[in-house]
Amino acid sequence: MAHTDKEILDGLAEIIDEIAGVPAGEVTPEKSFVDDLDIDSLSMVEIAVAAQDKFGVEIPDDQLKDLKTVQDVITYIQKQ
Amino acid sequence: MSNREVVVTGLGASTPLGGDVATTWSALLEGRSGITYLPEEWHEKLPVHFAGLLAEEPSEKLERHRLRRLDRTQQLSLITAHEAWADAGSPEVDPLRLGVVVASGIGGILTTLHQYDIFREKGWKRVSPFTVPMLMPNSPAAAVALEFTARAGSHATVSACASSAEAIADGINMIRSGRADVVIAGGCEAAIHPLNIAAFAAMRALSTRNDDPQRASRPFDVNRDGFVMGEGSGMLVLESAEHAAARGARVYAVAAGTGYTCDAYDMVQPDPVGAGAARAISAAIADAGLSPSDIAHINAHATSTPAGDVPETVAIRTALGDSAADSVAVTSTKSMTGHLLGGAGALESVATVLALHHGVVPPTINVEELDPNVVVDVVLDKPRELPADAVAALNDSFGFGGHNVALVFRRP
Repeated sequence: MAHTDKEILDGLAEIIDEIAGVPAGEVTPEKSFVDDLDIDSLSMVEIAVAAQDKFGVEIPDDQLKDLKTVQDVITYIQKQ
Repeated sequence: MSNREVVVTGLGASTPLGGDVATTWSALLEGRSGITYLPEEWHEKLPVHFAGLLAEEPSEKLERHRLRRLDRTQQLSLITAHEAWADAGSPEVDPLRLGVVVASGIGGILTTLHQYDIFREKGWKRVSPFTVPMLMPNSPAAAVALEFTARAGSHATVSACASSAEAIADGINMIRSGRADVVIAGGCEAAIHPLNIAAFAAMRALSTRNDDPQRASRPFDVNRDGFVMGEGSGMLVLESAEHAAARGARVYAVAAGTGYTCDAYDMVQPDPVGAGAARAISAAIADAGLSPSDIAHINAHATSTPAGDVPETVAIRTALGDSAADSVAVTSTKSMTGHLLGGAGALESVATVLALHHGVVPPTINVEELDPNVVVDVVLDKPRELPADAVAALNDSFGFGGHNVALVFRRP
């Protein structure tokens, strides 16, 4: 069940819109969750759990803290 | 900076009668009931099939992503705080001089119960990371403080059904003591869930008039059979008189007096002679620097329980004395809204302030036969105009645990 980068980006954008209220159009690969999208740490936990449900890839807490940008998450999911 | 005069400059409400103050107030004057049937699927398991559900869902006013991280009590408090703040003319105030006192009686219990369901069905990883900041009893106060950048202090008084009256009393005293110039004060409750209805029903506290829900809440009626649970919020903007005058604010009323006492009589039963309630009423009138004869109107706690309503009228007569008690117009707006529990004192303070401001008292509806033991003059069926020279009005609230809180509002 491989996903293209575009599929992951669109899926993340949908999750982030639902959880944090950031319009999907603003979620682009280079954006930082904290600095650009203003997403707090509790929302990141929720986003990680939702991403796991959607893409079947678990993101452990010690990995999550290193995923700073949308592209970081896309790359992490692709590697698994 | 002590004993400064405090005024009410803004009001907010979301209730079973309406999503704001204006619709709630007009429904109160029309004598309309906000009680409706609960979802059909709840009926089979519960002896009570109705409640005072919100007239307007919070989703009408808050964005979806905010709803998911706020308990319903927080959602309601934000909505009514915004209404009250706008009504006050959005005062310019130093964040260090802005305080919040917002109460609920039960806290974020819908979150607790919902997340427990998720935990049991799906495990701990699916429990929302926002569960704790949603279920804390101080969550509504914290949400309002964050929203309005209130840094003078944020407090959550907890005294069951007196909680939000106590919040307003503490808000008044926060300004009097010099800790703040402006305080957003009030409360909320959102606890309508099968478990909570079962719990209150197990105490035999709720009306079971399932064939006629809109006539179930009937304070002071000889056939009253319990209260009707309601949900909602009331909010006030309190302000030092100097601060309000300096910005030319419209003043609804002076928040003139507070009285707090405890029965220490029984955990849940009211003292049959209402001694603690009478002391709270007397204390609030004295704190306002007024005489019993200045009180033209009382918005009573009267919840429609067999045990509670009559002792309250005895307490009013004890506190006011026969002459003043004969001329006070008493009403229970719970006959229309149901009992908002921790939100009751704040909603009824909004109603008390508006009664004074507009010079008219909303009726108590549904009284077919007044209990002969009621010893005050209850405004029945239709609104009653206050005398043109009416000075002040009082709102009293009582809570399980023996809490009694009285608030006096005076015309500016």
